[in-house]
Amino acid sequence: MSAHAADAAIPHTVEPHPVTGLPNGKFGIWLFLASEVMLFGALFSSYVLIRTQAPHWPPEGGLSSEILNVPLATVNTAVLITSSITMVLAWASCKMGRIDRFRLWMGGTIALAFVFLVIKYFEYTDKFHHGHFPSTNNFYAIYFTLTGLHGLHVVGGIIVNTFLLTIGTRLWKVDRDHFTNRVENAGLYWHFVDLVWIFLFPSLYLL
Amino acid sequence: MSATTTHGHAAHGGHDAAHGHHELPFWRKYIFSVDHKVIGVQYGVTALVFLFFGFTLMMLLRWQLAYPGQPLPVIGKLLGENAMPGGVMAPEFYNQLGAMHGTIMVFMGIVPLAVGAFGNYVVPLQIGAPDMAFPRINMVSYWAFLPGGLLMLASFFAPGGAANSGWTSYPPLADIATTGQTFWLLAMVLLITSSLLGSINFIVTIVQLRAKGLTFFRLPFFVHAQFVTSFLLLLAFPPLEAAAVMQLMDRLAATSFFLPSGLVISGEPLRVAGGGSPLLWQHLFWFLAHPEVYVLILPAMGIIAEVIANNTRKPLWGYRLLVYSAIFLGFMSFVVWAHHMFMTGMGTTMSTFFQTTTMIISIPSVVILTCFIMSLYGGAIRYTVPMLFATAFLPMFAIGGLTGLPLGLTASDIYLHDTFYVIGHFHYVVAPGTIFALFAGIYYWYPKVTGKQMNQTLGKIHFWLSFLCINGVFMPMFFQGMAGLSRRLYDPTIYVHGRAIQSLNVFISWSAWGLAIAQLPFIWNFFASLRHPKAAENPWQSTTLEWAAPSPPPHGNFTTPPVVYRDPYEYSEPGRSSDFHPQFAREA
Amino acid sequence: MAETAEHSSPEQFKKHLGQYYVVFVALLCLTAVTVAVSYLHLKRPLAIAIALVIATVKAGLVAGVFMHLISEKKVIYAVLILTAAFFLLVLLLPSLTIFEGVVV
Repeated sequence: MSAHAADAAIPHTVEPHPVTGLPNGKFGIWLFLASEVMLFGALFSSYVLIRTQAPHWPPEGGLSSEILNVPLATVNTAVLITSSITMVLAWASCKMGRIDRFRLWMGGTIALAFVFLVIKYFEYTDKFHHGHFPSTNNFYAIYFTLTGLHGLHVVGGIIVNTFLLTIGTRLWKVDRDHFTNRVENAGLYWHFVDLVWIFLFPSLYLL
Repeated sequence: MSATTTHGHAAHGGHDAAHGHHELPFWRKYIFSVDHKVIGVQYGVTALVFLFFGFTLMMLLRWQLAYPGQPLPVIGKLLGENAMPGGVMAPEFYNQLGAMHGTIMVFMGIVPLAVGAFGNYVVPLQIGAPDMAFPRINMVSYWAFLPGGLLMLASFFAPGGAANSGWTSYPPLADIATTGQTFWLLAMVLLITSSLLGSINFIVTIVQLRAKGLTFFRLPFFVHAQFVTSFLLLLAFPPLEAAAVMQLMDRLAATSFFLPSGLVISGEPLRVAGGGSPLLWQHLFWFLAHPEVYVLILPAMGIIAEVIANNTRKPLWGYRLLVYSAIFLGFMSFVVWAHHMFMTGMGTTMSTFFQTTTMIISIPSVVILTCFIMSLYGGAIRYTVPMLFATAFLPMFAIGGLTGLPLGLTASDIYLHDTFYVIGHFHYVVAPGTIFALFAGIYYWYPKVTGKQMNQTLGKIHFWLSFLCINGVFMPMFFQGMAGLSRRLYDPTIYVHGRAIQSLNVFISWSAWGLAIAQLPFIWNFFASLRHPKAAENPWQSTTLEWAAPSPPPHGNFTTPPVVYRDPYEYSEPGRSSDFHPQFAREA
Repeated sequence: MAETAEHSSPEQFKKHLGQYYVVFVALLCLTAVTVAVSYLHLKRPLAIAIALVIATVKAGLVAGVFMHLISEKKVIYAVLILTAAFFLLVLLLPSLTIFEGVVV
């Protein structure tokens, strides 16, 4: 494929650079994650600012844990954590040459991601049924926007992982290391999505 | 062009050298190309078109400022009854022109040209790489930029016209503005995505794909400049993206991220939850927009460095100083942003903090300028067209930089903030600063990209006319600002102090229209030179790696991977007969 | 410090797998702890501090072990330290600017 020809002509696509020790893709994904840290950092900064300047939080009284569904979100936290380990096991399977195991663990990761989104769907629709929308007040605005953007990142992860599970596996037959690197990079992204939730969950639901 | 053979079946990856012997279909060779040179040209042409469009918006705007309330002959009728009723500019249209001029020039003109075009084309060549690290991401980057730019332009056709809340889109106004603002926000999301993908590509490419022997301190300064720029883009843009998402939520989902409680608009209380902060937007916007101005200047400094070294026939003075200053400048650019917000009511501790960092950041800029000026001393200066622009850059950037100081000092900023002084300041840095550097770059690298030389006489006419007119446009603005004339004012003559200096507006506008005419020789030259005979392989007798490849380089750039043997600017080495010693030449 | 997973043989690699399972269990436990603590309804500053500490430990485990950050290359550390600095800037400075003199 000339697409591969474009890759193959580029040094250090698979073999690491002798000085940095990194293949290009891994370096690239870490840089992308750095930009994502700034993206979610700005949103957390907005949360801090709006919440600190509000006379009460939540604005209409009560506690965050009373407005939001803590048990459901705890389950979701466990779901994402589990999807992280299945992701790392998917990569490990590639390292050990077991493409069949890879399919199992990657499939599990994608399935768990869907579970996360389904639970989020129930959370959101429950709010809407009670007449609570992002416009209701800034508590809901922040909740929907932060978890919404995070949810979009989950969707992105599902797309990438599904690609790797299906069409992308063709690369396994041509260049195992290249494919393994791609799985590792996708894993780094996926763990980051988990990481963001690890901070989102207490910040929004518990505090 | 090297001969290509057609294959029924593309060979699978592994051994394909940098020859590209597949015959790609037209749409993959020229439209969705993954070759950094094609993408660079795509960026360049698109950015130049956007630049001229943004320039046209300004020319319209200048009519209203010179002749407020007067019908614009001929063109006035063509723009429709909404924008120009009876040929007279409507205030709403004036606001659109102002907001879109700034937005288009910064985000769709200068950065795509400086980084997307020059960076993409030159950096892989200057480091001896066959392409960027991620060619397909490079292609996606351009194809996020173009739709973003087109969406931005399409906003002129939205009900209520284009975005009209300034390029800074401050809420609460931007939150409640017409539909064009939503276009602006969505277009920005696309443009930011393009930028992010590009910055990742640049950083990985520069670190990982350097040729053998090309250590960090043998890189041309142009590459260092692009490297720092890419970090700025990578880390500073996301907060603006977050802010854009929140403003979209405010506009489309009726949230109140930026809307305070108790807001009353035209006598009616706004029916939103409130509790938001307009200042939050300002912080997130300027967190990007300040590093953004260093994104505007750093690649320009990079181009100037190349042109000066080449046309003085001596190494740059203070090369390491330049590199460290660029890095320090990049880092400091993240800690000064609130000097755009001195008038928002912040306390003295924080404003002193930002004033201090702003004063500190002037140091590396001065160091860089000093190194450039020192580089002229003792040089055998050739006043080629690129060198004319590069030499002019020096005092122009100095004026721009010096006039920034009273803005960075809180006490004087109280008076000067939001006056024409600010407009004069930043335009000096960007227009006779960066844009002159970009012109220098176009004249300098045109032979590389096309294999032809531009006409030098037309180039000199372009330079002198532009230099004259551009100073005519921006110098009077300092005086307008000191006289207290506000920016973004539809009719400056509603104020006594505006009426007193209205002749300056007339002078500026005519200089601006003169500046437009000054570009005609350039536009003609740009296209007509394509029909010139083939130029020499290294017409400027330059030492850097891009000139080791043929002009224009084939897919894969170098027939054999280059090796670097020495520093980037080995000109006029004592004892050698030739006055330049290329980095890639093996012989001592 | 320790040899990176990329360089081990499949057999040695299996030992690394154990680490992943340990971290997995730890993460679930810490999640339970953080939820349990929230039911104590501690005072705001203390509640925030504890929640953030636990979250940081969890994040550290995910980043260090799952993302292999613990044995990552210097270049990556440099990028992340730079990012962390700017992250703190964007997180704290806007609020500081608005609330200077208002709080405390």
